[in-house]
Amino acid sequence: MATRQKTSAPAAGGAAAQPQTVRDAVVVGGNRIPFSRAGKKYADASNQEMFTAALEGLVARFGLQGERLGEVVGGAVLKHSRDFNLIRESVLGSSLSPATPAFDLQQACATGLEATINVANKIRLGQIESGVAGGSDTVSDAPIAVSEGLRRALLEAQHAKTWQARAKALAALRPGDLKPLTPATDEPRTGLSMGEHQAITTARWGIAREAQDEIALASHQHLAAAWDAGFFDDLVTPFRGLTRDDNLRADTSIEKLASLKPVFGRSLETPPTMTAGNSTPLTDGASTVLLGSREWAESHDLPVLARFVDAETAAVDFVHGHEGLLMAPVHAVPRLLARNGLTLDDIDFFEIHEAFASTVLTTLAAWEDVDYGKNELGLSGAFGTVDRAKINVNGSSLAAGHPFAATGGRIVATAAKLVAQRAAETGRPARALISVCAAGGLGATAVVESV
Amino acid sequence: MTDRYTQAVNSGFTKTLAKKLGLPRPAILRRYRAGDPLTVGPVLVVADGASKADADALAQALLAWDVDVRRQPTDDVRWGAVLLVVTEAAHPTDLAEPVLAVGSVLRSLAPNGRVLTVSRAPVDGDSPALAATRNGVDGFLRSLAKELRGGATGNGVVLTDGAAVDAPSTLATVRFFLSAKSAYVDGQLLRVGPAGPAGTDLTTDRPLAGKVAVVTGAARGIGAAIAKTLARDGATVVCVDVPAAGEGLSRTANDVGGTALQLDVTADDAGERILAHARERHGALDIVVHNAGILRDKLLANMNPGQWESVVAVNLAAQLRINESLLAAGLEGLHIVSLASTSGIAGNKGQSNYAFSKAGVIGHTRATAPLLAAQGGTANAVAPGFIETDMTSSIPFATREVARRLPTLAQGGKPVDVAEAIAFLASPAAAGVNGQVLRVCGQHMVGQ
Repeated sequence: MATRQKTSAPAAGGAAAQPQTVRDAVVVGGNRIPFSRAGKKYADASNQEMFTAALEGLVARFGLQGERLGEVVGGAVLKHSRDFNLIRESVLGSSLSPATPAFDLQQACATGLEATINVANKIRLGQIESGVAGGSDTVSDAPIAVSEGLRRALLEAQHAKTWQARAKALAALRPGDLKPLTPATDEPRTGLSMGEHQAITTARWGIAREAQDEIALASHQHLAAAWDAGFFDDLVTPFRGLTRDDNLRADTSIEKLASLKPVFGRSLETPPTMTAGNSTPLTDGASTVLLGSREWAESHDLPVLARFVDAETAAVDFVHGHEGLLMAPVHAVPRLLARNGLTLDDIDFFEIHEAFASTVLTTLAAWEDVDYGKNELGLSGAFGTVDRAKINVNGSSLAAGHPFAATGGRIVATAAKLVAQRAAETGRPARALISVCAAGGLGATAVVESV
Repeated sequence: MTDRYTQAVNSGFTKTLAKKLGLPRPAILRRYRAGDPLTVGPVLVVADGASKADADALAQALLAWDVDVRRQPTDDVRWGAVLLVVTEAAHPTDLAEPVLAVGSVLRSLAPNGRVLTVSRAPVDGDSPALAATRNGVDGFLRSLAKELRGGATGNGVVLTDGAAVDAPSTLATVRFFLSAKSAYVDGQLLRVGPAGPAGTDLTTDRPLAGKVAVVTGAARGIGAAIAKTLARDGATVVCVDVPAAGEGLSRTANDVGGTALQLDVTADDAGERILAHARERHGALDIVVHNAGILRDKLLANMNPGQWESVVAVNLAAQLRINESLLAAGLEGLHIVSLASTSGIAGNKGQSNYAFSKAGVIGHTRATAPLLAAQGGTANAVAPGFIETDMTSSIPFATREVARRLPTLAQGGKPVDVAEAIAFLASPAAAGVNGQVLRVCGQHMVGQ
């Protein structure tokens, strides 16, 4: 593929700045800490500690001590207000040069992938030579807020000029105001949890319980096999004594999964199908991905796993419209592939984030549906069929767990290594499609390709 | 890991008490810091009549290092070191005069002083008298070392194959033994051959500048100390450990500005992957330190197959397999240093598996040495005695105290002591030291 193309010609008269060119951004490698179920090994680890640990492992793997990188970009979904500069503070606590800029961004569960898109774009535009993208999330160390009533009273008391006014402000407090608010992941506009939303989508597409359990089983089996094969030896660095994702159940079975009681969709007319086994658990963890220009990687004697080809985000109207909350990637992917002259057949690996097993299945069902293709995606028919054997071949979030902002980095690094391995085996280019759904009816997707 | 006893007998009231009670008082050993003088005082060089010329040559070399060199014992000096040069002594009676001269200054040897013998190795065809003289130095030095106090040590340089006293490797070895880098090496005689690059600056603080080193088992303890010491000496260090030890490994790699390679050394392709990483990421491979090792102590009668096999796989078979890959790659000037153990020399109850593996290391080191010498490389081993680490701190208190006090230096060594010996053996100037086992044990009473 072409590596450089001019996007603007130099203006006449010599007064204009240098012309801009677009070049390749490549994935050098990644590092994450093992993901841990909420309240276990990382129960008292903060986002900053976890992201710093993931970053330090990346620095160690690639010998980046004292290096001034172009930018470190990442975020957390559940975030303390004191962590306003989470990523910059992590950089300052790392072995990177303190002259490495950083910023926080957030796009719910797509945070990690959006961070990668951001860093890749800056590299492609020549604004930076190198960068790290990632994210961290902890449910164990989540912020707890005070009630609206207490917050108002405290602010009013703080602003009051006399003690009488201060007393008056505090006197307005009611016992109920003292109850702390724990962070909720419910959709603010519907009041429904993500699981309840997905239960509606699952029912709409008529996804069977057995099919969901099979996806969950495959996720555990694939992830366990990848660990056993040493796939993660250069993608993960242990943290706090944890050496593997502790949500992984290598010995789970279809019978065990079938024995679990449904937890979502119990108020729907159709029988509920979504269980704790085929939904992702609350998880703590952090991940990072190292990207750079080809020149930067070469000049630092670093390997190149994949080229970051392109990305597309989408959003759906799940509030007033009829689309499912987690269906945005279904819309993004056709646009992404069309723009790059690709079809589903050109993809060797599909990394579809398993928010729920049924997310994967409703995505596939929608793409296979002729009416949906015509009416929702604006295509002439069904978008297409995905070969199941190409989906999440080394496991995904059902087995690894899903620390919201950390999932994107996990998937990008895995996808980049998969295409590099496949290309090395076959001598032909390999491509991976990444799809991550997110709260708010958002979705981010991307394509990486072997170099 | 702190040795409270040694601290107590060296400070305050407890120091006075220990003195009055005549308790053993292990010294606080002087360790290397950049910029410190080589020795703690002037160096006396004495020789038998026939070895005067060699003594002169050595004295000249010391002068070039800005050492205060004296040729006559005097009373008004706290000696930093005494060099006994007997390279040309031919008959046992030749040694009386210089040996007694050494004895006359021992009372004024400064704390952390050094006594160093420089002699030649007996070879086939020596006359009985010559062989007696040369071999006699061995017993003399080992006994003398046991008489030294206050952190002073005694070691010997034994020249082989006609190596000159002022050859680079001889001087590098003399310098190592004189320096604080050999703090916990005591009662050892190291054989030095004539190989070695001429014109090496032995006084540099960065003898490994530009070298690429691989250290296995680098996540913690002795391995981490080796990585830090090699990096201090200028090497770029590839830190290797099993994936499960990655947290400590990345800490070490970031401390030393190297790279972390999560790899099980027992993997079939470990050698190839180490080689590929070093070459692709750092452009070369000059030094390999086989430090990774495990313990599975059991009396042989109680040992299960896993306990025997895992120890042999990690401590011995992995080294053999990696060395095969390295030899096949035909690297120029490759220095391999393997971790042996005093258990492998003297034996240790409950460690038949470990001692087998460590004695095996000594065996393959000797056999590999000539294979590497052809391309200017070396293979050596370092045998640590009781070193203060996480591993030894888990030994029960009484056993640990006994183990600490048994060596002449009456204390455990530090990981850095092992690391200093390895950095020396890995340095280009030590090319004449090949196929040797250097003990870092404070002259432990067991074994040689």
